[in-house]
Amino acid sequence: MAKIKSVLTKLKPGWGLVPIIAFLLIWEVVARLNWVPGQFHFPAFSEVVREFVNLSSTGVLGDNFAASLLRVMVGLIAGSMAGMVLGVIMGWNEIAHKALNPLISLFLPIPPLGWLPLLMLWVGINNWLPITIIFISSFFPILYNTVAGIKSIDKDYVKVSRTLGASDFKILTTVVMPLALPIIFTGLRLNAGQAWRVVIAAEMVAIPTGIGALMLRAESLIRIDIIIVCLIVLAVMTYIFDKIFGYFERRVTARWY
Amino acid sequence: MPDIELKNISRFICSEINLKVNDGELMVILGPSGSGKTTLLNVIAGLTEYSGSVAFDGKNMDGVDSSQRKIGYLFQQLVLFPHMDVRKNIAYSLELRHIPPDQIESRVDELLRLTKIKHLSSRYPKHLSGGEKQRVALARALAPSPEVLLLDEPLSSLDLQTAKYLRMELRQFQKTLGITTIYVTHDLSEAEEIADRIAIVHNGSLQQVATPDEVFFFPGNSTVSDFLGTPNILDCQSCRELEQGVIEADCGSISVIVAHEGNSINRIAFLPRDIFLSENRPPGPGVNRFEGHITDIRYTDDAVRVDVDVNGQKLVSEVPYHLFEDMELVPGKKVYLILKLRRIRVYDCNCPTNQYPTHARSSGPTKCNHTFDTCVEN
Repeated sequence: MAKIKSVLTKLKPGWGLVPIIAFLLIWEVVARLNWVPGQFHFPAFSEVVREFVNLSSTGVLGDNFAASLLRVMVGLIAGSMAGMVLGVIMGWNEIAHKALNPLISLFLPIPPLGWLPLLMLWVGINNWLPITIIFISSFFPILYNTVAGIKSIDKDYVKVSRTLGASDFKILTTVVMPLALPIIFTGLRLNAGQAWRVVIAAEMVAIPTGIGALMLRAESLIRIDIIIVCLIVLAVMTYIFDKIFGYFERRVTARWY
Repeated sequence: MPDIELKNISRFICSEINLKVNDGELMVILGPSGSGKTTLLNVIAGLTEYSGSVAFDGKNMDGVDSSQRKIGYLFQQLVLFPHMDVRKNIAYSLELRHIPPDQIESRVDELLRLTKIKHLSSRYPKHLSGGEKQRVALARALAPSPEVLLLDEPLSSLDLQTAKYLRMELRQFQKTLGITTIYVTHDLSEAEEIADRIAIVHNGSLQQVATPDEVFFFPGNSTVSDFLGTPNILDCQSCRELEQGVIEADCGSISVIVAHEGNSINRIAFLPRDIFLSENRPPGPGVNRFEGHITDIRYTDDAVRVDVDVNGQKLVSEVPYHLFEDMELVPGKKVYLILKLRRIRVYDCNCPTNQYPTHARSSGPTKCNHTFDTCVEN
């Protein structure tokens, strides 16, 4: 019994894969037996893998993926940076908070894609359109989390820093911002997922390149296998981004948070 | 180290507070929760706005930022920086002053040794116990060599044993460094243990400033007396030593045996809760046992207070409600009192019989100096 337990414990890290493998097997069987209702052929997992290899070898997937990745990276980094800077200002300075908070509260509820028609007219249909949309979708959550993070810090930290001789700037950079990091990172991780969702939507609507555009073209050719390849790429990328931010979060805060 | 003078300080509940803390003194600000103790510390630290004036060594500090007041402040929650290890916490104030790294290292090492936490230097606060955190917070506060140390109930979160031990250590540091210190607490026994003088604050106003003994034996007013637990205070006219360390004192119309190393007793005091009250004559030797009649019964939040007349001397006893319900106590009834010997406190200021130290009834800063010239006729 003890032996079985120890084997199970050793297996534990890989257990997360078990449901995924089971799901893929069921998918393969169900698709091959044509048990999926609907008028279009539902591809088996093996067909999807074949198409993935095909799209990769021809460079179609790589080109579109690179286009999406670039947009996500630029929009996410710019939006997060801007949100963080304004968040720090609003979180730290009560006057800035009072002046800007009503405006932010007004814009925050607007869904990022709601800006699309306006931005199509202002920015035009080019690479900057999805980047701008991602910027907006990243900006508000990180702004909100940064303000919340800074405001949640116990005021005694500020007081004690002051008595130890710290200037306002030093208090902000050496105490307040590090202490707000866990909440800021939560915002960043949310942003990462949001950015991939938004870029797909923007590319579907207006841009001829990118994973979203590839999906839309596949839809018009009734290529379900390509659509599924794109969806898997999206899921994997969102997962990887979340893990990357999680890694940095742990590196920065795990020892003390 | 500077003396500290507060003049007409008003802020929140605090109103027109005047207080002088002497150079190198440990002043305890004592009072119930919400009485304005922490506000006073924040005023001295310059962490809050206020009206009135604060002076260090006669130099007005009102416009001086808290970062420039040369104070060390231990907050109630200690507020160690969680993202810094112990060494970084202590070094923080030194790094702000752009002190060369080797000097920072040696100063931090010195403080780690002083507070006996050298083995914790690379730990983060979340891995420290309450007592360890307290030591780190003290080391951090002392790092920039402050001239004034402010302590806001720093031991309140610790168990009694650790708190007592650290309190003694804290007192030792304070005396060694000679740093002017203000210590805030709501705990009377903590205040008595550590204070040079105690300032009692109630509802934002200063009630009395005196040495611990003076506060207890000469409470300035009924508010102070209530805060102390309304002790029975008896003037003693004469005393004689029964054996080494045991003295029989004649206090009013009763004779009380007390444990005391000394040859004179001016006053004795004991709290109402330290007198047992019985309806029946207690068995055993008649030491500190008295017979009397109930003159009054008063109901308080925690217990019932029973006034008993013992040969013309009024003594107040406290009876818990659950015991009171089982007794049939009414005014005029004969009862028996037993004083707990070890709970009787003795005031001995070497003044002759029927005389009192002059400062004892004022709120001035004089400490009993054991000389006859401070005594006056009753």
